Amino acid sequence: MLSESSSFLKGVVLGSIFCALITMLGHVRIGHGSKMHHHEHHHLQAPNKEDILKISEDERMELSKSFRVYCIILVKPKDVGLWAAVKETWTKHCDKAEFFSSENVKVFESINMETDDMWLMMRKAYKYAFDKYRDQYNWFFLARPTTFAIIENLKYFLLKKDPSQPFYLGHTVKSGDLEYVSVEGGIVLSIESMKRLNHLLSIPEKCPEQGGMIWKISEDKQLAVCLKYAGVFAENAEDSEGKDVFNTKSVGLFIKEAMANHPNLVVEGCCSDMAVTFNGLTPNQMHVMMYGVYRLRAFGHIFNDALVFLPPNGSDND
Amino acid sequence: MSEIHFREMAPKSWLNFLTFLCGSAIGFVLCSQLFSILLEEQVDTQPNILHNDPHARHSDDNGQNHLEGQMNFNADASQHKDENTDVAENLYQKVKILCWVMTGPQNLEKKAKHVKATWAQRCNKVLFMSSEENKDFPAVGLKTREGRDQLYWKTIKAFQYVHDHYLEDADWFMKADDDTYVILDNLRWLLSKYNPEEPIYFGRRFKPFVKQGYMSGGAGYVLSKEALKRFVDAFKTDKCTHSSSIEDLALGRCMEIVNVEAGDSRDPTGKETFHPFVPEHHLIKSYLPRTFWYWNYNYYPTVE
Repeated sequence: MLSESSSFLKGVVLGSIFCALITMLGHVRIGHGSKMHHHEHHHLQAPNKEDILKISEDERMELSKSFRVYCIILVKPKDVGLWAAVKETWTKHCDKAEFFSSENVKVFESINMETDDMWLMMRKAYKYAFDKYRDQYNWFFLARPTTFAIIENLKYFLLKKDPSQPFYLGHTVKSGDLEYVSVEGGIVLSIESMKRLNHLLSIPEKCPEQGGMIWKISEDKQLAVCLKYAGVFAENAEDSEGKDVFNTKSVGLFIKEAMANHPNLVVEGCCSDMAVTFNGLTPNQMHVMMYGVYRLRAFGHIFNDALVFLPPNGSDND
Repeated sequence: MSEIHFREMAPKSWLNFLTFLCGSAIGFVLCSQLFSILLEEQVDTQPNILHNDPHARHSDDNGQNHLEGQMNFNADASQHKDENTDVAENLYQKVKILCWVMTGPQNLEKKAKHVKATWAQRCNKVLFMSSEENKDFPAVGLKTREGRDQLYWKTIKAFQYVHDHYLEDADWFMKADDDTYVILDNLRWLLSKYNPEEPIYFGRRFKPFVKQGYMSGGAGYVLSKEALKRFVDAFKTDKCTHSSSIEDLALGRCMEIVNVEAGDSRDPTGKETFHPFVPEHHLIKSYLPRTFWYWNYNYYPTVE
């Protein structure tokens, strides 16, 4: 009996050591995936109004038309309520929006990714989008159907950013050494980043389909690891006051937290005036957001927007 | 590696080996679980999507919304550098609105406080009407009891109070609940086209029971100065009854008796501007079933 229990214990110890070793190795691999030097937290700012006004009227017109945003929304059959809301609301403001589903759903048209795995879905969607639309769009926005996005604010944010540079932005999170854009806040890639990504997708050593060694790594982290190999780094998008422009929480949650943490400055302390995304909304809340963002107006308050991005025809929520 | 004593009997060594394997498997699994917990940094704890249950309006939310202390939303601070509010400011001076908010002692901290921190700041004057006085909030004590059946009595007393103390301070007198949100700028735009010396009142017009219709209590309603005078006078001269358990209907009946006109508050495209329910109910097609009483009450045809 004694010898058995001792060998059992020895087994436990050995198993733990083995597991710890593997975790360390796995971490080391992710952390030092690229040969680049260590980066600090990257922040990217929205353009200044003064800068915009310096550009001539005609140039501004040209500028507002030069942004073509293609929206990728990754859905699963269980998301069908949110899918319907998203389809009816903000995605109509993308220059083009397509839904990539894990499997075919009768009620809605979608592009079938034929897989349940989020990372595989993401890879296939990016590849599809790049292959088909590389010449037609210069910015690619990926979101889940729990996210609400204001595409015009996205375009404003990207105004002075050159899409032939490798941009990868959104709401960033740091995990150990890895800084990645959280998928819940929406992921923005420039055409250059798409190019580099798609090149890497075909190299399994750099961009494996089976990311984690033992346990699964979330798809947004895997994307970051992959992009790092190509020298594309995540950047956190902020407005001129340092507030996040891409949000992984809903307005309701922000207000709730603001009321608890700083009740003196609820609205001012809460969210950016030029927020691009919020996450965690119900389908009904999406409709209310559309109304609040695009239709409801307080009479007598005139906002002098330096630039206007007109949504495509048929986006009848405004 | 552990030693396997071959000198032991063969079955026993196999058993040892098996327990060893078992042990290592369990150790591995436990360790991996531990690591995955340690390494998980998903801080977002908000997957519980907040559902807006309209019927819970008058009952309690979870106690978390019970806030201590003063709150300042700073909603109209000068944060919008690109905003031109001249027109709104102009209207603020021209169309003076006194808002009074129907509330009660148990709702001051829960609901009325938030009204005070937000839209009420845009009224030219705001008063909070409760059954008991509260000097700190501050809230006016109407010296009534609380409860739905007291609503009409509270309304009469509230309008009386406003008439006696603030008649000359405003042109229009708006009644709202502590769960109503009012966009004052848009209200001023509506009222700017009318003369406060005319006997008229606005709100969400309902058609049953009263010939000219009556205004929904939940959506809020606003009386002209002349309408207020006539309403208060009607009780002094017994033209209107004091008792009723249906506040909005009773007020509507009284308005008709004293010849105050029920106005049309719709926008130029025929859409309603006063709403008795939360936005979801009004924005989402077929949220409210076709058999719901609401559809038969609306005075004007629905425009989608």
